[in-house]
Amino acid sequence: MNASREPTPELTREHAHELLLDMLRVRRMEETCAELYQATKIRGFLHLYIGEEAVAVGAMRALTAEDAVVATYREHGHALIRGVPMESILAEMYGKQEGCCRGRGGSMHLFDAETRFYGGNAIVAGGLPLAVGLALADKLQGRKRVTACFFGDGATAEGEFHESMNLAALWDLPVLFLCENNLYGMGTAIERSQSETHLALRAGAYRMPAWDVDGMDVLATEATTRRAAEAVREGGGPHFVEYRTYRFRAHSMFDPELYRDRAEVAAWKERDPIELFRARTADSGYVTDEDLADLEALAAEEVERAVAFAEAGTWEDVAELERFVYSDPEGTREVAR
Amino acid sequence: MTVATPQRTPAAPEAEPRTTTYRDAVREAIRSAMRADERVFLMGEDVGRYGGCYAVSMGLLDEFGEERIRDTPLSESAFVGAGIGAAMNGMRPIVEIMTVNFSLLALDQILNNAATILHMSGGLFNVPIVIRIATGGGRQLAAQHSHSLEGWYAHIPGIKVAAPGTVEDAGGMLAPALADPDPVLIFENALLYNGSGPAPDPEHPVDLVHAAVRRPGTDVSLLTYGGSLHKTLDAAEALAAEGIDAEVVDLRMLRPLDDAAIVASVAKTHRVVIVDEGWRSGGISAEVSARIAEGAFFELEAPPERVCSAEVPLPYAKHMEAAALPSSERIVEAARKALGRHG
Repeated sequence: MNASREPTPELTREHAHELLLDMLRVRRMEETCAELYQATKIRGFLHLYIGEEAVAVGAMRALTAEDAVVATYREHGHALIRGVPMESILAEMYGKQEGCCRGRGGSMHLFDAETRFYGGNAIVAGGLPLAVGLALADKLQGRKRVTACFFGDGATAEGEFHESMNLAALWDLPVLFLCENNLYGMGTAIERSQSETHLALRAGAYRMPAWDVDGMDVLATEATTRRAAEAVREGGGPHFVEYRTYRFRAHSMFDPELYRDRAEVAAWKERDPIELFRARTADSGYVTDEDLADLEALAAEEVERAVAFAEAGTWEDVAELERFVYSDPEGTREVAR
Repeated sequence: MTVATPQRTPAAPEAEPRTTTYRDAVREAIRSAMRADERVFLMGEDVGRYGGCYAVSMGLLDEFGEERIRDTPLSESAFVGAGIGAAMNGMRPIVEIMTVNFSLLALDQILNNAATILHMSGGLFNVPIVIRIATGGGRQLAAQHSHSLEGWYAHIPGIKVAAPGTVEDAGGMLAPALADPDPVLIFENALLYNGSGPAPDPEHPVDLVHAAVRRPGTDVSLLTYGGSLHKTLDAAEALAAEGIDAEVVDLRMLRPLDDAAIVASVAKTHRVVIVDEGWRSGGISAEVSARIAEGAFFELEAPPERVCSAEVPLPYAKHMEAAALPSSERIVEAARKALGRHG
C-alpha cells in the first residue's frame, strides 16, 4: 500500500484550464440535472457527482482512447469526461431516442461504444466482473490496454468485489480498480458497514499494489492514477487506487439525509475540489478571475446546448420496444472494439 | 520395414450414423469450435486439470493449454461476469457452471448484465457468450445439486435457453450457440452424459429455433425436453403396446419456445401431456400449457396434463427421489388420462 505522495505534474496554464474546465463542466451539468429533476424533465433515480469531480477528472486523464471504462450508477461525470457528448447524456436522461442509449438506460445506464464506456451499472459491484472480462479479452488477444473500473466504497462489501479482485490478481489482468470512497454506501456510513475502513488495505489481501489518495485534489488524483495506469499498461497486473472523497448532495433525489450531520457536510465543502484547485493554483497566476469567468461561460454554454438538444429530442416509437432484446437478425455489428 | 495399412472401406452413403456419447459429443463440439476460432475459450471450475466435473473437458487442456482451457476459482459471479466482459470485448467464451444450483451465485451477472445490456444500451453492446450448465436430478445428490431450473432462465428475455436431449443436439447446439450474437444458455442434464446415440452430423447442422418430433404419432402429444426425453420415448413405447399412438415432441429450446410446432402437434392429436423435470408451479410446463390454451384451445379434446417433479426439494434417498421425479409410468398414466382411459 502506498500513501499518495506522487509528485504532482508540472502544471502548465493549459493543463490547469483543462482540469478546471472539466470539473466545472461536471458540476454545472449536475446542478442542471438537479433542476431538471425538480422540473420533472428527468425522472427515475438520479445520483449526482457533485463534490467528487476531482476523481473522474483526474483519473480519466490517465487513460488513452484505447482503454475501457466501467462505471457505476453515479456516472454522469465519468461519461462526460471520458468523452461522451453532454448532449447525448442529457438526452438520455430525458429518455429521448437521441440519448446515448436511445433513452433505454437513463441516468444509471449510460453506455458509449466509441469511447469504450461499458456502462453505468446500477448493481453495486456488478461492473467489476465485467471489467475483469474486458481485461481478460485484451490479455488473450495481446492488446496493451487498460480497463479502468470505478466503484464506490459500498461495493467493497459485495462478494463480487472480492471475487473480481482475486480473479484479476490471480490471472494478472490489466484492470485498474478505482475505488471512490465517499464514506457512505447510500445512507450507511463506512464505519457501520466495513470492518476495515482503510479500503486500499483490502488490495493487499490480493497482493495488488494500491494507493490511497486525496480525492478532492485533482492534481493528486491525476498523478496517482497515471502512475497506476502506467504500471497496469506495462504488464504489472491489476492495481488499486482508493480516492477519499465526499458527495456534497443527497444520495439520490429521494434522500432527506437523516444519516449525516450538516456540520460534516459543511466541513467537506470547505475542501470543495474546485475551490481547492483554485487555491492551489492561486500563486501560479494560471487561473485569473477572468479565466475562471471564461471557463464558467464555456461550461454554461455547453450545458445550455445540451439542454436544448435534449429538449428538442424525440421519443422512440413504441413499436421499437422489443428491438434489441436480441441482436438484429442481420447479424448486427462485430463486437470487438 | 513396411507395415501394411489396412485399407479403410469407404463409408457407404447409407451407412449408419456414427454413434458417440453425450459427453463425448459435447467435448468434440468444444474441440472443433476451439480449433476453428481463436476467440473461443472454455472456463469454469475444474474444467482444466480435473477434466471437468462430468469429464466433459477431459483432455482439452493438453491440446489447448491453460490460457484457453481456464480453471477458475469458486467464484461463479466473477467468472460468469468475466465471460460477459470478454464476450463484449471480442472473445467467444464458453463458460461452464458445474451445477445449476451454483448458477444462482451468478444469476446477477446472467440477468442484470448478460440478458440486459443490449437493450439497456440501446443496441450498442451485444454479449455473445455461451454458458453451459449441468442440470437435473436422479443421481441422489439431494436438494442442492439436483434441481431443474432451466424453466426459470426461460423466463428471462435477452437470453436463449437450449436444452439438448439427444447426443446430436448435445454436440450440435454448441456451434450455433457460439455463432449467436446474444447469450445462449445450454442446459445439459447430467444423467444424459453417459448415454449414447447418433453423433452430430456436420453436414446437417442443428438450429436453435425449432422443436423436433422425435416420434410421430396421432393419438396424444407428449411434449418434453432434456433429461425427460428418453423417459417420454419409453412411455410412448409402452403406450404403443396398449394401442395408443403417441407423438413425442422434443422442445429443444425453452426460449424461444417453438409455438408453431407445439400448436401443430396438438392440432394433430388434440390431446397433450407436458413432461418437465422442473417444478409444476410457475414452471416451463405452465408456460407451454398457457401457449396451448392461447394457440390451440379449440383443438383440445381434453385438458392438458402435466408430469413434473413433486413440489419438494429433491431428497437424497433413492426411492424418495425417484418418487419425486417424472417417470415413464407417470407419463403413461397421464397419457391415458388425457385419452380418458385411466382407471
